Amino acid sequence: MEFAELIKTPRVDNVVLHRPFYPAVEGTLCLTGHHLILSSRRQDDAEELWLLHSNIDSIEKRFVGSLGTIIIKCKDLRIIQLDIPGMEECLNIASSIEALSTLDSVTLMYPFFYRPMFEVVEDGWRSFLPEQEFELLSSVTDEWRLSCINKEFSVCPSYPPVVIVPKSIDDEALRKVAMFRHGSRFPVLSYYHKKNGMVMMRSSQPLTGTNGRRCKEDEKLINATLRAGKRGYIIDTRSLNVAQQARAKGGGFEQEAHYPQWRRIHKSIERFNILQESLIKLVEACNDQSHNMDRWLSKLEASNWLTHIKEILTAACLAAQCIDREGASVLVHGTEGTDSTLQVTSLAQIILDPRCRTIRGFESLVVREWLQAGHPFQQRCAQSAYSNSKQKWEAPVFLLFLDCVWQILRQFPCSFEFSEHFLIMLFEHTYASQFGTFLGNNENERLVRILAQNPASGKEKVSRSKLKLQQKTMSLWSWVNRPQELSKYKNPLFEANSLVIWPSVAPQSLQLWEGVFLRWNRSSKFLDEAYEEMVTLIEYNKQLKAKVNALRRKLAELETDDRMQENL
Amino acid sequence: MVEYVKASHEDFGVRLKKGYEDAENEEENLMLDRKEKKESAGKIQRDGFKVQLCHVDGGKSRSQQDTKPCDAKRANPFTGAILSLSLKVMYGMVENVKLLDRYTNRKAANGTLYLTATHLIYVDASAEVRKETWILHHHIATVEKLPLTTAGCPLLIHCKNFHVAHFVIGQERDCHEVYTSLLKLSQPVKPEDLYAFSYNPKMSKDNREIGWKLIDLKVDYQRMGIPNDYWEITDANKDYEVCNTYPPEIVVPRAANKATVIGSSRFRSRGRIPVLSYLYKENNAAICRCSQPLSGFSARCLEDEQMLQAIREANPGSPFMYVVDTRPKLNAIANRAAGKGYENEDNYDNIRFKFIGIENIHVMRNSLQKLLEVCETKSPSMSDFLTGLENSGWLRHIKAVMDAGVFLAKAVKDEKASVLVHCSDGWDRTAQVCSLASLLLDPFYRTFKGFMVLIEKEWIAMGHKFSHRCGHLDGDPKEVSPVFTQFIECVWQLMQQFPCTFEFNERFLLEIHDHVYSCQFGNFLGTCHKEREDLKIFEKTHSLWPFLLQKKQEFRNPLYRGFTAYKELQPNTLPFSFQFWCGMYNRFDKGMHPKQCVLDHLLSCMSQKMKLEDNASELENKLPFLDGPLPTEACSFPKMGSASKTPMLNTPQDYEGEPPPVLTNGTAVGDVEVMSDVDQKNKENLSKHQDPHDLKDAFGVLDSEAKDGKPQHP
Repeated sequence: MEFAELIKTPRVDNVVLHRPFYPAVEGTLCLTGHHLILSSRRQDDAEELWLLHSNIDSIEKRFVGSLGTIIIKCKDLRIIQLDIPGMEECLNIASSIEALSTLDSVTLMYPFFYRPMFEVVEDGWRSFLPEQEFELLSSVTDEWRLSCINKEFSVCPSYPPVVIVPKSIDDEALRKVAMFRHGSRFPVLSYYHKKNGMVMMRSSQPLTGTNGRRCKEDEKLINATLRAGKRGYIIDTRSLNVAQQARAKGGGFEQEAHYPQWRRIHKSIERFNILQESLIKLVEACNDQSHNMDRWLSKLEASNWLTHIKEILTAACLAAQCIDREGASVLVHGTEGTDSTLQVTSLAQIILDPRCRTIRGFESLVVREWLQAGHPFQQRCAQSAYSNSKQKWEAPVFLLFLDCVWQILRQFPCSFEFSEHFLIMLFEHTYASQFGTFLGNNENERLVRILAQNPASGKEKVSRSKLKLQQKTMSLWSWVNRPQELSKYKNPLFEANSLVIWPSVAPQSLQLWEGVFLRWNRSSKFLDEAYEEMVTLIEYNKQLKAKVNALRRKLAELETDDRMQENL
Repeated sequence: MVEYVKASHEDFGVRLKKGYEDAENEEENLMLDRKEKKESAGKIQRDGFKVQLCHVDGGKSRSQQDTKPCDAKRANPFTGAILSLSLKVMYGMVENVKLLDRYTNRKAANGTLYLTATHLIYVDASAEVRKETWILHHHIATVEKLPLTTAGCPLLIHCKNFHVAHFVIGQERDCHEVYTSLLKLSQPVKPEDLYAFSYNPKMSKDNREIGWKLIDLKVDYQRMGIPNDYWEITDANKDYEVCNTYPPEIVVPRAANKATVIGSSRFRSRGRIPVLSYLYKENNAAICRCSQPLSGFSARCLEDEQMLQAIREANPGSPFMYVVDTRPKLNAIANRAAGKGYENEDNYDNIRFKFIGIENIHVMRNSLQKLLEVCETKSPSMSDFLTGLENSGWLRHIKAVMDAGVFLAKAVKDEKASVLVHCSDGWDRTAQVCSLASLLLDPFYRTFKGFMVLIEKEWIAMGHKFSHRCGHLDGDPKEVSPVFTQFIECVWQLMQQFPCTFEFNERFLLEIHDHVYSCQFGNFLGTCHKEREDLKIFEKTHSLWPFLLQKKQEFRNPLYRGFTAYKELQPNTLPFSFQFWCGMYNRFDKGMHPKQCVLDHLLSCMSQKMKLEDNASELENKLPFLDGPLPTEACSFPKMGSASKTPMLNTPQDYEGEPPPVLTNGTAVGDVEVMSDVDQKNKENLSKHQDPHDLKDAFGVLDSEAKDGKPQHP
């Protein structure tokens, strides 16, 4: 397919752009295969807007006479308005945008066309390999091994080719365990707590069904993670009720009788459409500027967004507590083990492991616990808060995770190497990006190309030809990890803190993430200035320190010179 | 853990003398755990404690006289106590008292409760590090005895600074004794029993008097350019003839003669005639304040109409003026039946009348009550909390006050129109709204000094009834209302939106809020200027402000960009711009607060910066000459150029105090690079005077500052 077919009117003059907090700009609107571009074309101070079609969540058209207005609502929650003279032009532009923003073929996405204008110092695709992670692990313990059982994605389609499992469990046993777990997601190592050797495992639900099926290998596998005489905790991210109902569909939970060394705790975290609806309601509340205080608070409450934040954080704190305070190993799962499970395991690591609070460590966490662990980004982030189309698999699972990280960052403002901007940047790139990092739903798909999705059957015709994201697209990390880019995301207050950080989950301690949800609704001028001021103060101190040191050195040198002269 | 925790706190070792006769235990050294100390007591209590010490000294002789061990006293320490504050000594001690923690299920602390003349002190004996909880008697809002439990007799104390302490006392009898003592101590009947009258920071009489002169409202009017062609400062009220709740000197239009003033005062509730609150020099638009007119259904008053005309004409640039009634319309209408009411637009020339519905003191009191119930709920869900927050209406009221302040500021600045503001008596909502508008319009009020002036002017001088609203004395509980708290919160909300515009930080607000209730200083006692004169406040008590200025270092805002960086503020008043102030209403639940404090971090950066700059200049002086710039000097120091924050380098105590314009000659101060040996010596001299009791030098500086150093409006 040629993009040109979709672009009926590539260019319109005298279009007026309205954006929040900026004066209206008049200019020329151009449509390309991947961008909507508006340029003021003024000599003195040309203003340009480049908007990825894939960032567009929905559009609305309005007409007053022959003047058409298109309201574009973006996945990053921004809303812009274009006034386009001429009804036909406006209709053409609208239909083109609609078509271009809803392309369903992955290989037509911008990352496959994007040519980087920067020098690649480090290939992000190779920055965080499971082998490196295992090397780190084997320097502190030899109880684990790297299994290549999933090399061809034949055991578990949503797992990466290599996983870390207990040394005492062989691949044959793993195959049996995989049969016993939903989507074949058998328990794998998520985190090793160096301080006391306790571990966090993650998996999907066991397929016990109504008649209480059991699997000896499964029991053996998870018991292998326990120290002699120690007990462990299974954190089920569903309520007991939901977990029980899952048995009717063949799923279920670990029975005490078969897992006597494990205590099961149910910590309910919502999923799918409930989360998506929550996001839609929250964004709607933030964007409606007409209401009074009571209505705002009641809408904020009704969105339940902060309730979800509290639930997720509570479950993560609990997991961290079991590991660090109780000295127990933990297994986390919900149903599929691709959403709430990952929220809990990744947040627990941020609480426990100082490395995850550095930029590189956090990137590694995102790669390990989200990308390689098979969080279906493409499904979850297909649409955002403004979409009119019927929601299928969309859910702001990763955004909730980022929001929880922000909440912890707010409570421990000096313990993170990155600032809020880093989290916002990740949020944007999960929904629309020039990089290939968040394309696809798992490592399997990132390597194997999906040719087409048949909407009727929902089945995917999979061809074995490789998608070759690594060769054909640029990794987000290649771009972000360049020093000049990285400096934008550094937290000026950072002072490495090697301790476990326990956030408060009291409602009074949790706040709406203004940087994302009010970003386009209120001017951040004064807050930005405060941030600058803070950076200036801290930077100035650093320079002073350097100056004092240099002076001291100079003085010492002079004194030595003097002495030498005296000696002469 | 992190370096900034260590910084800036002196050693809190204090000696607490117990009030029972046990030769060996008569004195006991208490090392206060720093964190807990901060948590439980804050700084006032520490100051208060010093005073308490001198009481104890006085009391020691007494106790030695009626000596001999009193086992009886020990069994029931309160029976022997004399409940007379005239002695200013009150001893008592109960052992085996538990302090419950509302938020954790930790084992309750076990310790001893001491009752002194000024504080209730709980010493936790079970903790490894000594932990103390101090509660100033005046801070106690309510004491409740809860039903007996197996653990003992629970005593629940709610404080006016939102501290909640839940004790469990072993013996019911002891609990009752503590209970009745606290009831008496927390709300004395006679004003002379208030803490301020016995508080003795060992300061000379001269210094105390200088302290009271620190804030001179006349200087503030001069700053606005008054007297001028249109406005004059009159002593028309010198014998409180016009209005007994106004100060002797008031600012009225020149065009309003004595007859007009007197006539108008008869037509205004409690004689509170329209007087100037703030003059916006740029365009001559003024904010004036008064009480409601006694208009009833049809009454009118020629002098009052002339008064308003005079105010309007004092701003020749505008053909009209606003008259703003800050009450809900219904309330105002209801007042007409009682012979009061609001201005009839037909009777006054060229006024635009407007209601701004801020609710009355009773609604506000109930709202706060509901808010506090929400804050105190044990492990609420998010939904519980947000619903409770909404139902309390608290943020709705805060928004209403803020909206009103914004309306005033806009009318003055954008429409260039003068505004006359009133509510019923003009001492609650009017004070909130006028002071907020001034704060939005004039950066001076966002400095330390300016904020003090603002509170003195709009609240203290103009007769906000602190004594009644704060329940200082045993009185009508229906008079109590968090009007001032709301104002303080509005300032905090502004700080959230404009983090670089205030010279002071959140702690300064909390400290002022604490002292409004503490009765430790005279400023907030009584209800109006006349009453304070009658109480001999100025002779017998100390003023709060110099004490706050002394602690400037910990109250300043490290992000402040200086006096000239921002002029008028236009806050966003959409509902989402208002946040719940956890630092106020859950202030003592430290577990809820961010575990690392950016403010602390930046404050330590500031002090580090001073040290480094000292080091740098010292080293530079030692270096005989330099051939060229040092490599590191090549990097530019962004701050040095703009210099707006450097003045503090001059003195360790930072009495540069006021924003840069203080230095009228316009030279840049405090350039580190040129600091000479002489400066260095001065600095050392100054630093010798850090003894908190030796305020003389400090006052010397403050005094001259008060006289000459007023920043002029640019």
